[in-house]
Amino acid sequence: MRKAFYLLPLLAFLTLITWFGLALRPDHDPEILPSALIDKPAPVFDLATLGGGPNLALSALKGQVVLVNFFASWCAPCRVEHPILMRLAAQDHVALYGIDYKDRPEDAKRILAQLGDPYHAVGLDPDGTTGIDFGVYGVPETYVIDKTGQIRKRFVGPLTEQALQQELLPLLKSLNAS
Amino acid sequence: MIIEAGHYALILALFVALAQSILPLVGAARANVGWMAVGRSAALTQFALIATAMAALMYAYITSDFTVVNVIQNSHTDKPLLYQITGVWGNHEGSMVLWVFMLSLCGALVALFCDNLPAELRARVLSVQGMIGVGFLLFILLTSDPFLRAFPPPPNGEGLNPVLQDPGLAFHPPFLYLGYVGFSVSFSFAVAALIEGRVDPAWARWVRPWALASWCALTIGIAMGSWWAYYTLGWGGWWYWDPVENASFMPWLIGTALIHSSIVVEKRDTLKSWTVLLAILTFALSLVGTFLVRSGVLTSVHAFASDPRRGVFILLLLVVVIGGSLALYAVRAPNLKGGGLFAPISREGALVLNNVLLVCGCATVFLGTLYPLFLDAVGGPKLSVGFPFFDSTFAPMMVPLLLAMGAGPLLAWKRGDLAGALQRLWATFAVALVVAAGGLVATQGARVLSVLGIALAAWVFTGAAVEWAERVRLFRGGIGETWRRAINLPRAAYGMTLAHMGVAVTVAGISASSFAVENIQLVRVGGDLPIGGYVLRLAGVDKMPGPNYVADDASIEIRRDGALVATVHPERRFFPLQQQTTSMTAIRTNLLADLYVALGDRDANGAWTIRAYWKPLVPWIWLGAVIMACGGMISLSDRRWRVGVAARARGRMLAQQRLQPASGD
Amino acid sequence: MRRGLASLGVPLLAALLLSAALSTAAPFGAPAFAVTPQERLADPVLEARARAISQTLRCLVCQNESIDESSADLAHDIRVLLRQRLLAGDTDAQAVQYIVARYGQFVLLRTPVEPATYVLWYGPGALLLAAGLSAVIWLRRRPGADAPASVPPLTDAEQQRLDHLLRDTDP
Repeated sequence: MRKAFYLLPLLAFLTLITWFGLALRPDHDPEILPSALIDKPAPVFDLATLGGGPNLALSALKGQVVLVNFFASWCAPCRVEHPILMRLAAQDHVALYGIDYKDRPEDAKRILAQLGDPYHAVGLDPDGTTGIDFGVYGVPETYVIDKTGQIRKRFVGPLTEQALQQELLPLLKSLNAS
Repeated sequence: MIIEAGHYALILALFVALAQSILPLVGAARANVGWMAVGRSAALTQFALIATAMAALMYAYITSDFTVVNVIQNSHTDKPLLYQITGVWGNHEGSMVLWVFMLSLCGALVALFCDNLPAELRARVLSVQGMIGVGFLLFILLTSDPFLRAFPPPPNGEGLNPVLQDPGLAFHPPFLYLGYVGFSVSFSFAVAALIEGRVDPAWARWVRPWALASWCALTIGIAMGSWWAYYTLGWGGWWYWDPVENASFMPWLIGTALIHSSIVVEKRDTLKSWTVLLAILTFALSLVGTFLVRSGVLTSVHAFASDPRRGVFILLLLVVVIGGSLALYAVRAPNLKGGGLFAPISREGALVLNNVLLVCGCATVFLGTLYPLFLDAVGGPKLSVGFPFFDSTFAPMMVPLLLAMGAGPLLAWKRGDLAGALQRLWATFAVALVVAAGGLVATQGARVLSVLGIALAAWVFTGAAVEWAERVRLFRGGIGETWRRAINLPRAAYGMTLAHMGVAVTVAGISASSFAVENIQLVRVGGDLPIGGYVLRLAGVDKMPGPNYVADDASIEIRRDGALVATVHPERRFFPLQQQTTSMTAIRTNLLADLYVALGDRDANGAWTIRAYWKPLVPWIWLGAVIMACGGMISLSDRRWRVGVAARARGRMLAQQRLQPASGD
Repeated sequence: MRRGLASLGVPLLAALLLSAALSTAAPFGAPAFAVTPQERLADPVLEARARAISQTLRCLVCQNESIDESSADLAHDIRVLLRQRLLAGDTDAQAVQYIVARYGQFVLLRTPVEPATYVLWYGPGALLLAAGLSAVIWLRRRPGADAPASVPPLTDAEQQRLDHLLRDTDP
């Protein structure tokens, strides 16, 4: 019985290691904060658009699956994901809308002219209020909003090819089917 | 060529470490003197090889050799020389080289200074050191090689993070690593003792200096890191319960417990398996800390790049080293027979209390640090654990510890007289009460907890002083006797007194944090800002170029009652290469309080944001740490640690007797 | 890209790290160092409430700093937001809830006490109790820690000498 006590440190340690092992899973990134709005209605927004024209409002987006991508001209990782966004837009799986976060409209126009414009429309959020409503804590962030206007998933950081193939496209497929 | 030499040196060191792990261990089991002696030469060779590798890496940095990937990523020709050198360990790969450098240094020191150990014990200790070396050298060579090359070399490097270009932070890692790695020696001793199946007071006497030296280094390392945060981050914060800060704090707590419990093993031949466990746990926590920082499982301001391969490797290392030693413990520790008995109220009892509180404190920090990870790993909600948790759980545990620190040293071994001890502490009670009362009056009952903290610090300080006074019979035996006793007190006694006083000073500084006063204002050139009885005047802001930055340098005159006390120059430095701004705060201290001034932004009207703080007693936080470390070092210089002295003196005597003709001839 | 920049890192001002990662250059909006005079509300009571609440909200891009201390842009935004909510008449709890609804519980520095965190909050106390009890049980279980009957008691002179020896040779 007394000898069993001496086993306790080892057992505690093995439990710890198991936990560490779980935490090291490749699909698991501790840096990423899960969105507080998953499966909740997307926050209402009504923003002026880049290039004039009618405002970009949440109400107008209902009935279809949309991607809302927060970006900025000063954001380097946004440029990294841009080709993927262009491809998404070209393949037309989903309506892609952009929100220009804490940026000057002329700068946004410039880089979209430079890199290509994958968005159906770009809303302007110069002071970041819409970003705060979405719980944005950095750019780029991409939100998947379903037909009823609920947020289903958030991608933090630039969209990678892997995330695109393994998470985004399957999700879009299932949302479109429903 | 030099780079290749460094690289080969590391590879050779791996093989030497392999030999060091196996041969002495087998030699000890077979009583083969030759194989046991391999331990010593292997340890020295390993140190020479790793020192060569370290020198090669430093050479690459100093000469800005951009064919080395590590140099490209972390250096730049504009970097000042000091940071060329210290930048070597400012990144993951380089810091791992520093780690094994310290490890081999400790091994070499054991080989050189432990001649008086029984040969088998020393062989086993060096063997375990060798095994640890093998693990880390493999880690470096397989996942974190600093000598990778890039051709063609780019024209210049990516530069060292501006935040690291600071003397305080440049030297913080060596002290810290010396501490972490130093505890590997007590770990090796523990494992060697388990293999031998024997822990005796002599073992404790050999282990304690190593544990103490590592503890001193860790104390200084943690204090430096904290002090750096204080003067850099711009508002005087100095501890964030950040996972990596906690990763250094936990081995410090267990290390403190280890130092104290090894005293009991040495004096009373009891608490043996507990002390062995502590020695294993201290190093285990150092390794877990390494894992946390370098594997990416935790987000932290300090974390190095996360590479899952590295994480897995370190995890395996943890399993082998710690799992192995704890398994050995489970099997062999029950056979360690305890010796001395003692009553619960005794010095041993007080040290048991010390250990219980320190270990529980460490477990609390551990829980708080890792809980978000645990929850997240099993798919739970993402939560954050911050200072409110630690303030409510860790701080209260330290209160009984501090109380015991005043009384414990006054208790006798085996069976102590608590009532008698408390009686002798009447002066200590009185001082603490006076401080508490005075503090409550001065703050008008506003910050009770802080005042109580300072009173507790006064208790500890006076308790240490009273204990010393008791020993030298101050005011009781006459000046002559007191002087004689004071001279003859073992240095370890002074070490204890000083270290405990250092703790008191630090606790006072920490408690006084809430007394800080802040004033943040927009100030135009020529304008005034009052703070803490002083008036600050912004005399001007100049643009000053530096070696690799451009700074806004503010001249701020500090006046008290109209008279100029000093002029300070807080700066904001912009590093164009990294597009980053750092702030250099200006701190004027009289060691009793800090006047802390930081420069903020300029607004559209040309007024500057000046943040001024008056922080009483804050410098005591680090002053106390320095006093603690001094106490530890004084204790280390106690001649009783030079166990070899007695052996050598006897040897000399015997030799002399043999040479002299026998008296009967 | 963010990862690549992160690999330079060692101790960093996290706010600056992530701002640098998210923007290669910030020609406007250089980091504001914590609470700025411009952010402060005119009403000292409201401002005091705002400061107190700010100290309990985590800066999401800095780890372990509150928004009150942090110099990150996001911290500034949330500080401003908080003050707007207080001006709009929210109670402390409502203002905090507004932010938690958007950023999740992670933003609270004070970990909520709920079933998922019982182990966290009550663990240390339970551990201390368990450790203390174990120590006490161990101390009592050992054979005859009190006076062993077979040994004759020490004479006064011997006791004095013993006390003298024990006290004077200790660290």
